Amino acid sequence: MSLKGKAYIVGAYEHPTRKAPDKSLAQLHAEVAKGALDDAGLSKSDVDGYFCGSGDTPGLGGLSMIEYMGLKLRHMDATDTGGSSYLVHVGHALEAIATGRCNVALVTLAGRPRSEGMQTGTAPRMGNVQQPDVQFEFPYGPTTANMYAMVARRHMHEFGTTSEQLAWVKVAASHHAQHNPHAMLPKVVTVEEVVNSPMVADPLHRLDCCVISDGGGALVIARPEIAASLKRPKVKIIGVGEANKIQAGGVGLDLTYSGGRESGMAAFEMAGVKPSDIKYASIYDSFTITVVMQIEDLGFCEKGMGGKFVADGNLISGVGKLPFNTDGGGLCSNHPGNRGGMTKVIEAVRQARGEAHPKVQVKTHDIVLAHGTGGSLATRHVGSTVILERE
Amino acid sequence: MMIERIYPAVVATPGNERYWEAAKAGKLMLKWCEDCKKPHHYPRAVCPHCMSSNLEWKQATGTGVVYTYSIMHAGKPAYVIAYVTLEEGVTMMTNIVDVEPAKVRVGQKVKVVFKPNEGGGSLPCFTPV
Repeated sequence: MSLKGKAYIVGAYEHPTRKAPDKSLAQLHAEVAKGALDDAGLSKSDVDGYFCGSGDTPGLGGLSMIEYMGLKLRHMDATDTGGSSYLVHVGHALEAIATGRCNVALVTLAGRPRSEGMQTGTAPRMGNVQQPDVQFEFPYGPTTANMYAMVARRHMHEFGTTSEQLAWVKVAASHHAQHNPHAMLPKVVTVEEVVNSPMVADPLHRLDCCVISDGGGALVIARPEIAASLKRPKVKIIGVGEANKIQAGGVGLDLTYSGGRESGMAAFEMAGVKPSDIKYASIYDSFTITVVMQIEDLGFCEKGMGGKFVADGNLISGVGKLPFNTDGGGLCSNHPGNRGGMTKVIEAVRQARGEAHPKVQVKTHDIVLAHGTGGSLATRHVGSTVILERE
Repeated sequence: MMIERIYPAVVATPGNERYWEAAKAGKLMLKWCEDCKKPHHYPRAVCPHCMSSNLEWKQATGTGVVYTYSIMHAGKPAYVIAYVTLEEGVTMMTNIVDVEPAKVRVGQKVKVVFKPNEGGGSLPCFTPV
């Protein structure tokens, strides 16, 4: 049975806050849930499936949030793959709806690392000592920034990618962020400003890194019959894919590609479309290198050509061939809870509906894509891809 | 020269005591599978290639090349984190030490050195040959 088109994204909501010292984590989850249900024109009594990441949701799996929001459910899924969780949830919700496990799925993300003073990218995070990799990695000081820096270094070594090419990713994001009133960094920047910003983890500069922000987002996904009864533009889920990538015991470790290679292939196959059919792409941008690598892995260009592909404004809406992250993305607008997958889906839904900011809305928006990575490109991660069709 | 990092103590999980005892004695150990004949790292009780439990510790030659690295400028002090591919074909996360960070290169030949940690043990790091 193909899952293609068996569910629609009927509601999407991004919390406008970027700093929420006065809000609890549970409150943020509930506020985005209400926002997405209002957007869909549904109420909480319509929800019979709940999806969340166990890492950003307080309580046992989703249980405490289910109680906080007063939900009555017949399907729950707290799969956590880090930042890509919410793309994975779109796929899992599609499966659950197609097999009759639920009719209306709610997906929430929230986090407040900014208010909690978290040094997301530059402080080593130990994790649980029972995690088998910890004692062989943590002593060496791995951080999100230097892990992705090692990926960038290898990409530069193998393919001749330059810091200036990486900088173009940030420049394009900033061109979009200037139109987003909620963006943390709405100022347009130049390649020179990026490469001259302080080095965090060589070869990544401060402006190669995403923001640290509080906030969250939510999605409502529903059966086709329910989507047809609502007043919002119809956004059909036509392709999903997820794939992990691991160190494989250190034998044949290759940091030049990501799980996006397999997740993208699966999503394109289900959707029956090609990369050249995609009119807009949300690409997870924890760092500039993340975008370059995933663009290659999704097949928008050949492996190794990502640096050249993103240069000279090729990702800027109205200018380049592949308009990306038109909300400003994680690099300029929002990275709630250190997890960028949710906002990637939300902006793809805005584009498919034709509801992105007029200055960045793509003219043809029949087929759009969202893709993310969770975990670390340098160690172990899960890539997930979602392809949407405006009906 | 860079200021040396203070390395945290390591509490070995069951099955990994040998690795850390050997490190304290200046030896880098690798796990090898007796069935599929492949090495792996980090060490496990079950082979990640074939799921065999028929595994053996062997001392590594301790030489390899830098696969990739990053100079962590945001560290206090700054340090060089890297993946080194050992002669045995296994790539491991490590630090490159006892060298000016700016002189580290991808492909550079390195050998293992051991740095004391806060628990009175030793941590395998690498330095250019």
